Amino acid sequence: MKIEVLGTNCKKCIELEAIVKQAIAKSGKFVQFEKVDDIMQIMSYQVVSTPGLVIDGKVLSTGKVLTVNEVLAFMDA
Amino acid sequence: MWKESVDYLTNDLLGLQGRLGEAINFFVYDTVKIWFLLVTIIFVVSYLRTHFNTEYVRAHLQGKSQLYGNVLAALFGIITPFCSCSAIPLFLGFIQARIPIGVTFSFLISSPLNNEIAIALLFGLFGWKVTAIYIGFGLLVAIVGGFVIGKLQMEKYVLMDVKPMQGELDEVTITLSAKERAKEAYDYTKEIFKDIYLYVLIGVGVGALIHGYIPADFIAKYAGAENPFAVLVAVIMGIPMYSNAAGVMPLVEVLTSKGMLLGTALSFMMAVTALSLPEAMILKKILHVKLIATFFGIVGVGIIGVGYLFNFILK
Repeated sequence: MKIEVLGTNCKKCIELEAIVKQAIAKSGKFVQFEKVDDIMQIMSYQVVSTPGLVIDGKVLSTGKVLTVNEVLAFMDA
Repeated sequence: MWKESVDYLTNDLLGLQGRLGEAINFFVYDTVKIWFLLVTIIFVVSYLRTHFNTEYVRAHLQGKSQLYGNVLAALFGIITPFCSCSAIPLFLGFIQARIPIGVTFSFLISSPLNNEIAIALLFGLFGWKVTAIYIGFGLLVAIVGGFVIGKLQMEKYVLMDVKPMQGELDEVTITLSAKERAKEAYDYTKEIFKDIYLYVLIGVGVGALIHGYIPADFIAKYAGAENPFAVLVAVIMGIPMYSNAAGVMPLVEVLTSKGMLLGTALSFMMAVTALSLPEAMILKKILHVKLIATFFGIVGVGIIGVGYLFNFILK
């Protein structure tokens, strides 16, 4: 599984990154994590409101900070 | 109902009278009223907006003609959230979708101008008529401002080279149940309220002091009809106040009740919400200063025009 957090250095983006890392630790799964901060790369996902959450190439959430449980639910789905 | 219970609390239970009593009565009443309205309106707007995220807006603005695009973008701006931190992806993403720069600016003007906090506060403090006028003129500034920027051919001042995409956009579809939407709206409302409740308290507090102690002719002299530059000064003062909109508006209400003209008040509030220095600093990374200055100039002139026009009509 590969999880990407799309976002520049905005406050919400940093928050989401921390939450996703917590979720990964809690899940105990083997996950490849990447923070994507290159704006061109973010745009290639068709996301225009950051932060975005992408799991295995699929955009699951944009423009909001999720909770740990929400991220875990996305990982299980 | 509220008025009576607050009157009962301050007059009968606490036995407060005179100026102090009046100021405390005003403070408690206004704070409770505004908090209640803020929570209600923000919840409703944020529930509605779970249907319209920025990606959805972009897909729907793609391929629209110039003027129609401006109108649509300004309307979308009412409901869609805008955080100045995502100004860059938004701007570049719109270019990528071949949306004309003028249409993007219509959205960029309308979205912060018609944000839910401003609307809730206006509604609570001034009633629905003034709120409707504010939104109406706000849309006008956004549509005309975006249209003019579009006509100026300023695409060359976008400093980043974005490759326009081919074809139509696939919508990023994120489907949510009603329960999830309600939860999201609840979380968002809680977050916003936590950010601004204190500003409202301080704003109303200072307002209550003015209400109780500063005579009306003092304000009328400096911010009322006697000062022809009031609108201009109000707009310039409004630009650096972005983050404090929640605290500024209760103050404006008191100033208006004490003789500040409503057009001046409206211009001031528009300047507070639509023109923000932090946003300009962020946009500076991808836009030439000339384009940002044009954007501020056009919106500023529009807002000032609205203020004078309104003061003139109401005379």
